[in-house]
Amino acid sequence: MGGHHDVSYLAPKGTPLQTLLAWMFTVDHKKIGVMYLVATTFAFALGGLAALLLRAELMYPEIGQVLPEYKAGATTITANNLYNRAFSLHGVIMVFLFIIPAIPAALGNIFLPIMLGAKDVAFPKLNLLSWYIYVFGGIIAVYALIAGGVETGWTFYTPYSTTTNWGAVTAMVLAAFILGFSSILTGLNFIVTTHKLRVPGMGWFDMPLFVWAIYATAIIQVLATPVLAITLIMLMCERMFHIGIFDPSMGGDPVLFQHFFWFYSHPAVYIMILPGMGIISEIITVHCRKRIFGYRAIAFSSIAIAAISFLVWGHHLFTSETPAANVVFSALTFLVAIPTAIKVFNWVSTMYKSSIVWNTPMLYAASFLFNFTIGGLTGPPLATLATDVHLHDTYFVVAHFHYVMMGGTVFAFVGGLHHWWPKFTGRMLNDNIGRIAAVIVFLGFNMTFFTQFFLGTQGMPRRYATYVDDFHHLHMISTIGSWLIGLGFLIHLLVFIQSLLGGEKAPKNPYGGLTFEWEADSPPIEHNFPHEPVMTHGPYDFDTVVPPHWDPKDYPLPDPSKIKPAH
Amino acid sequence: MTTTDTHDLKPHEAYIPGHHWRNAEDELEGAKLGMWLFLATEVLMFSGFFCAYAVFRMLYPENWHEASRHYLNWKIGAANTAVLLLSSFTIVLAIRGAQLGKRGMILWNLLITQACAAFFLIVKLGWEYWPKYKKGELPGANFMYAGHGTEHAAATVTDPTAMGQIVEVAAGAHDAAQHFAPMAHDQIFLSVYWIATATHGLHVFIGMLVIAWAMIKAWKWQYGPRHYTSLENIGLYWHLVDIIWIFLFPLLYLV
Repeated sequence: MGGHHDVSYLAPKGTPLQTLLAWMFTVDHKKIGVMYLVATTFAFALGGLAALLLRAELMYPEIGQVLPEYKAGATTITANNLYNRAFSLHGVIMVFLFIIPAIPAALGNIFLPIMLGAKDVAFPKLNLLSWYIYVFGGIIAVYALIAGGVETGWTFYTPYSTTTNWGAVTAMVLAAFILGFSSILTGLNFIVTTHKLRVPGMGWFDMPLFVWAIYATAIIQVLATPVLAITLIMLMCERMFHIGIFDPSMGGDPVLFQHFFWFYSHPAVYIMILPGMGIISEIITVHCRKRIFGYRAIAFSSIAIAAISFLVWGHHLFTSETPAANVVFSALTFLVAIPTAIKVFNWVSTMYKSSIVWNTPMLYAASFLFNFTIGGLTGPPLATLATDVHLHDTYFVVAHFHYVMMGGTVFAFVGGLHHWWPKFTGRMLNDNIGRIAAVIVFLGFNMTFFTQFFLGTQGMPRRYATYVDDFHHLHMISTIGSWLIGLGFLIHLLVFIQSLLGGEKAPKNPYGGLTFEWEADSPPIEHNFPHEPVMTHGPYDFDTVVPPHWDPKDYPLPDPSKIKPAH
Repeated sequence: MTTTDTHDLKPHEAYIPGHHWRNAEDELEGAKLGMWLFLATEVLMFSGFFCAYAVFRMLYPENWHEASRHYLNWKIGAANTAVLLLSSFTIVLAIRGAQLGKRGMILWNLLITQACAAFFLIVKLGWEYWPKYKKGELPGANFMYAGHGTEHAAATVTDPTAMGQIVEVAAGAHDAAQHFAPMAHDQIFLSVYWIATATHGLHVFIGMLVIAWAMIKAWKWQYGPRHYTSLENIGLYWHLVDIIWIFLFPLLYLV
């Protein structure tokens, strides 16, 4: 270990080759987090390009305006077929390669141990292994795409997925199976880290809310993902050995697949959103410089969401399961609204009468609140059996899903990236251009997906490559919106590159945060802190504590006699 | 390992916890918590099989009952259950050996555990999988079983739907107690049997590999009262493999 204790974790180690090898075999959670960040960003770009292609095709109701006619072997494959593969690609890549690992494995990896005052995660080698498993799964997914792709959608529903001879369904299922292992190992690592590596004196209610969110996510990752694993094993056996478990012609049950699949994949949407909620808790309290409102309510609501997530999978089967089960699952689904609403109200209450700094992270947090509220409120019509019969499998579902997953999670992810960028790169970002890009992405997002609520209520089914002329204008607006999203992200990418190449050096605590990561250097040293940090204040005591590395002159504390207890 | 002042200590006595742990005790507790979480994932993974089992047993109760009686020999299953139970006991003795610092006790008990695991797999492969494969008692569409003493059975039908109809006629024509006749959904029973036991068998095999690794570590004196974390975790894993079988055995062979 020698004398590297006080050197930045990003510092090169000897020759470029040695540095590369040092990265490839690192067990440093920050480096692994950065490697995840690079990999997931690449996946996001790939999935995003597929989405732009889909939207371009949907500008015109006639088939094949954008996607070319395509011939393979003896069979003529039309643009319809390419369209199916493009939306399956978009779904598989975005779900399994981007949105599930993006926040926990990238930002969580970098910041969870630092926020706990630890030197690393509990099992550093396992952490590196889970990155390699992720990359291995990613390579198989890319192979499946080159080998013809899949047109099953990301849900792999039987009997289509078990009978279709098109493309590389088995390879794609194998990729999802492997990626699941990566997710399980990351979750397991974070649970043990949170339990065992908190700095002495840090109780459960002294932890930052981001940690609570990642912890709740990790519980779902560990408990739900194995069920996906076994489902996909059975699906692969079905394809390779025709075992008949999902095949009705042999007495098997295709609905059983749906139950198995959603037993994982419904909790998985909370794997996707909970870390985003954790980021929003951090961003709002730091950039509003106010103690978080209802700390315990937010912390417990994360755990409540994790618990309820296991009880609601049946609402994906409203059209295929028994009516009695429908009633139960419908009722349980409404329960999800309670903890999520608790969070939103607490965030808004934190912002109330605070001094908000409208920089890029805060703009993203505010956009999150707007989008997520729309996404959340369009959930109950889908949970209500009577309305769901009408809205089922329409663009309304697509819009609802994207409002929570993209308008929620992706916005939180980009916000978090801006919030912590100075810390883990040591460079500031151009905030003015960042804000312009944030506004463009916000407008583009709402143009793209708000129109889809109308399309859905008017009966436009999802996953169709063509449609009647009546839907043309709304599809046109939606597609133009998707270009704005693309433009906004392109600007963000340029800002990131500019920052890495010649950005202003970041101070240790640019935004005045109180959690441990703001006490560390920017970028942190190899073992995060020169000495184990000491808990001297809570993570959100903005009314009583001058942030670390700040001059008290620049941070006038309020008169103690006027402070009312927040909770 | 530093050798300056510890060269006369055995490796387990000179063990230093990972740099990010405060002490060896925290490290041990962390590793055990991680192992328990991993076991939870295993339980949930196998619960997929148990769910499939429950669903099909509910759909085809009689078929399930007959298939279990006919295709599986409870004596073989019982013998395998006995050796796995014994191996769970010996691996505990091996851990006790580490706590007492007795290398011989660790090694001998791990060796018995390995022998039990090998016995289990050999019985599984030689007395169950291989005869089943030869007789065509295979899952799903590969099901080719011709049955005993039924003239209908001579017609080996590969199309599962057509076969279902024929064997139902066959089942009606014979007294099931005396002459077993394949039923329509035998292949689903065998599908669940094959993939559940094969997945379990794979776990036994992985167990043998990690126990072999533990034996090497024990040989090198890396386990002792102060440090036996990986041995303890392997023990936990082995108990889980045992427990899964304890559930699979009665469900598939007995009830």
